[in-house]
Amino acid sequence: MSAAGGQLAEFSAEPARALSWYEASARTRVRLLLDAGSFLEFVGPEMREVSPHLQVFNLPEQFDDGIVVGRGSLDGAPVFVAAQEGRFMGGAFGEVHGAKLTGLLRAARDLKSIPVLILFDTGGVRLQEANAGELAIAEIMRALMEARAAGVKVIGLIGGRSGCYGGGGLIAGCCSGLVVSEQGRIAVSGPEVIETNRGVEEFDSRDHALVWRTMGGKHRRLLGGADAFAEDTVEDFRSATLELSASAADFGIGTLQAEQSRLEDRLQRFGACRDAVEIWEAEGIAGARSVPDLPADQFVALADRVGRTSRDAR
Amino acid sequence: MEELTFHHTTRRRAGGTKRMAIIGVVASGNLEVLAERVLTDAECRLDIKTAAEGFGAVWSAVVTDFVERHSPGGLRFSINDGGAHPDAVSLRLAQAVRMMEEAEQ
Amino acid sequence: MTLDDILGSLFPDGHDVRNDNGILFGSGALRSRGRALVIGIADRTAVGVDEAIRLSGHVLASIASMSGPILVIVDSDSQRMSKRDELLGLNEFLAHLAKCLLYADMQGRPTIGLLYGHTAAGAFLATALATRVLVGLPGGDPAVMDLPSMAKVTKLPIDVLKEKAKATPVFAPGLENLAQTGAIHVIWDQSVPLADQLEALLARMPDARDRRDGLGKTRGGRPKAHDIAERVRGLAVRTH
Repeated sequence: MSAAGGQLAEFSAEPARALSWYEASARTRVRLLLDAGSFLEFVGPEMREVSPHLQVFNLPEQFDDGIVVGRGSLDGAPVFVAAQEGRFMGGAFGEVHGAKLTGLLRAARDLKSIPVLILFDTGGVRLQEANAGELAIAEIMRALMEARAAGVKVIGLIGGRSGCYGGGGLIAGCCSGLVVSEQGRIAVSGPEVIETNRGVEEFDSRDHALVWRTMGGKHRRLLGGADAFAEDTVEDFRSATLELSASAADFGIGTLQAEQSRLEDRLQRFGACRDAVEIWEAEGIAGARSVPDLPADQFVALADRVGRTSRDAR
Repeated sequence: MEELTFHHTTRRRAGGTKRMAIIGVVASGNLEVLAERVLTDAECRLDIKTAAEGFGAVWSAVVTDFVERHSPGGLRFSINDGGAHPDAVSLRLAQAVRMMEEAEQ
Repeated sequence: MTLDDILGSLFPDGHDVRNDNGILFGSGALRSRGRALVIGIADRTAVGVDEAIRLSGHVLASIASMSGPILVIVDSDSQRMSKRDELLGLNEFLAHLAKCLLYADMQGRPTIGLLYGHTAAGAFLATALATRVLVGLPGGDPAVMDLPSMAKVTKLPIDVLKEKAKATPVFAPGLENLAQTGAIHVIWDQSVPLADQLEALLARMPDARDRRDGLGKTRGGRPKAHDIAERVRGLAVRTH
């Protein structure tokens, strides 16, 4: 395809990129995030590599086991991509689902030169194959860090309906950088799990505002739990990803030491705060209570002003 | 789980040259349809896997209507059903054929 | 075996491992030579932000000052389930601990997990599952999630789950299931001095490559993971 043809293809993709990230399927996110027509899938649905563990529970399978992996280009540069389908079994990690991402990260480690984009949309481990899912996550974390040690940038994108929970939250914490939207949530234990284990006094899972203040995209961005905030469009995720890919630093012992300091500092400053509003007040944000209501552009300006990034310290 | 298979002959082949298309998600009230251009021009085939047992007659009617309406000759459709309403099934099948008949990029 | 028994049996030549409110830290003299760093969790303590940051700090300090293996000894609950821990970004703290262990391992500090009690979910991932070799002791009791909670979430009666668990090692808790799926490399014998078994392991320590999916395939607990990962890896490197 000629350069002019490529530009034309990108131009015609622009209106489509106004699509809501939250509402889009994994396949649609991949197709629209990447340069038009550039995506090549590995072990796609026609391979029918389904989970071997769902039949015993009388649960339906999905041909791609809920994750799309492959390679494409982002603004002309090659990338590997993995996108979880949050509506299939809550985007949870099963044996095959996880192995597809593990293999992709190992390839990135071996090639050293191609960044990896992980489009998270997951409730964590798939309980029907809990041990396999947990192991998959452990293997993904290892492969991810081997790739980073080899110089590969791994960027996480979080803004789907299942959020980024459980082991997914730990994988996210291993990435070079994270893009999050307001709809995104990042945590280890989900709201219902905390409430079931500790009672509604500890956490009212039906209080959506509380959930978002505690785990949601705006809080994570201001806390430094994510590095870039995107509006709920493919276009905004795309540009935030491009920026982060360019700026994410190499990984080494210095990164870990800086992260140790960053996290110790966070505990010291905010360890006694009982709610995100107290954290925002401690950050000196005027009108802290109205942070959740800020429109995206004002929030991004606020986050850039006072928000903590984890640049060089994730 | 119930597995159903339907064979039909068609008036004509499905248009286009696309070899494969995938649409939908396996979730409550939804389904995925994998279409592959692997059969001869006048035949089509649907393989369905569903956890909702005993609806063979409904599937048969939906499939017959779909084949009559779209004449998807040459195509094999593989379906994983999450408990979709017949209207959703018809929609996905129509979407799958449309994707297969799209011009290649 | 109690924790003191375990530490005494691991380090007959002496150790200085202390249990500070469930956080283990210290070192032990190795039979061959040198010392092993010891970190871990005891008394089925939940792993929250406060525990994780201390453990990661110990690992990082050791990378600068010590050589030799790192033992991660575990009897933990799951991650701490609280509003505060999630508010403060528990996922980052747990990931950071895992990263420190993974980095140490990649840099020539072989990491060995020793599961003598319980562990679950996020705590499991950040500690025992972030090591190169994970050893189980009889009495060890790892879980991703306990069966009653699993029954609640999957909306299946616990008896049904228990019945299904007889036919597959892929979801229920237990040392044997985690061994079959490839998480636990070996289960040590309580009647043999642990120091002997540790020396034997150190002498033939596998290289720093994740071989758990291969183990899961060989043992039958995870029939597809190894091959699917290798297929994707092969396709991905070839298309470059």
